[in-house]
Amino acid sequence: MFFPISNSHINPVYLVVVGFVIGILGGFFGVGGSFIAGPALRLMGVDWNYAVGTDLAHIVGKSIVAARKHRTLGNVDLKLGMIMALGTIAGAEGGAQLIQALKRAGNVNSVVSWVAIVVYLGISIFMFWESYATLRLHKGRSRRTVSDVKVVESKADHSAFGPVTKKIQRMKIWPMISLPTSGIQISLWIILVVAVVGGFFSGFLGGGAGYIRMPSMVYVLGVPTHLAVGTDLFEIVISASYGTFTHAIKGNVDILIALVMHTGAVIGAQIGVVATQYFAGPKIRLAFVPLPLIGAAIVIYTLVTGHKF
Amino acid sequence: MKQDAARSLRAFAAELAIYAVLVTGYFFLVLHVLGNWLYQLETQHRVPYAVVAILLIAGQAVVLDAVTTVLFRLLRRPWR
Repeated sequence: MFFPISNSHINPVYLVVVGFVIGILGGFFGVGGSFIAGPALRLMGVDWNYAVGTDLAHIVGKSIVAARKHRTLGNVDLKLGMIMALGTIAGAEGGAQLIQALKRAGNVNSVVSWVAIVVYLGISIFMFWESYATLRLHKGRSRRTVSDVKVVESKADHSAFGPVTKKIQRMKIWPMISLPTSGIQISLWIILVVAVVGGFFSGFLGGGAGYIRMPSMVYVLGVPTHLAVGTDLFEIVISASYGTFTHAIKGNVDILIALVMHTGAVIGAQIGVVATQYFAGPKIRLAFVPLPLIGAAIVIYTLVTGHKF
Repeated sequence: MKQDAARSLRAFAAELAIYAVLVTGYFFLVLHVLGNWLYQLETQHRVPYAVVAILLIAGQAVVLDAVTTVLFRLLRRPWR
């Protein structure tokens, strides 16, 4: 099928399948999935600029569907999402500015690649340790097997990192914000720092940076995993819409490719959201571990071979 | 309880099937009706194109989801 806007020929079935896979990951983990979508589009010969912009456009739609579904399940903290969206946009601008500075210095590729590898590996190792430790700690406490009880209990969240999170929550830096949906009270500044850092990596490494924001919400803010996934998706709707708009103005969005990917993504996203109901927080976090590793593997591959996806 | 789970899973699968048909139909409608216009818009008027792009993708997500829910309720009614 020919897509005139990006001047590329791509099999629509391929796009639907890629969208479907990313949709499941997005609905389940609250990530945009740009670390798969970008390379997948590049593989079909789509120019990098179109790959980035089009990916963002399809993330908007998929995140709307997944966030709506999560909201019906009570997994979205709207207040937290709105506050974080402000910080994310500011951080994304900062990340993009640093990219421009590195471009001028002439070492953007190597710096971004190494930062990406360190960040991705760091997240994976930490989350593996934490979720594994949490599961071991609570082994035997939730061994009730009746299916209906299991679904209800699965939303209860524990973390081996909990004591540190509690200390962060106890930091009384005015103004303190109460988030009844998430069941926490925390300083506005801490929320903004998390959002700005997530946004910074979004602008610096590309994509929605859900792989940083979702774990940060759980470990730094103390938001339960299910709520972190849903709220992250809600927040991605706002930040990805902003990204889509700016990229579309610069001529980097092929909306027809995005719509085809979206057909698969929205189906996958709904399945991913429903699946979260059957897993406890630590298990979702443990299953999250391979995602940043895939991102790291792609970056290492491009560094070693010099091949750009 | 198992029966309830099976019933809700069936309902979810049926809703998903309706949604899949609508989403696919929507894409072909956009391609057929707006394909050339979108191409022209992208090359000549970037700001309106950016707005239309977001509306199209959000429309596919929000409107079709709402339509699916309504359709699903209408289809379920005779079975009750």
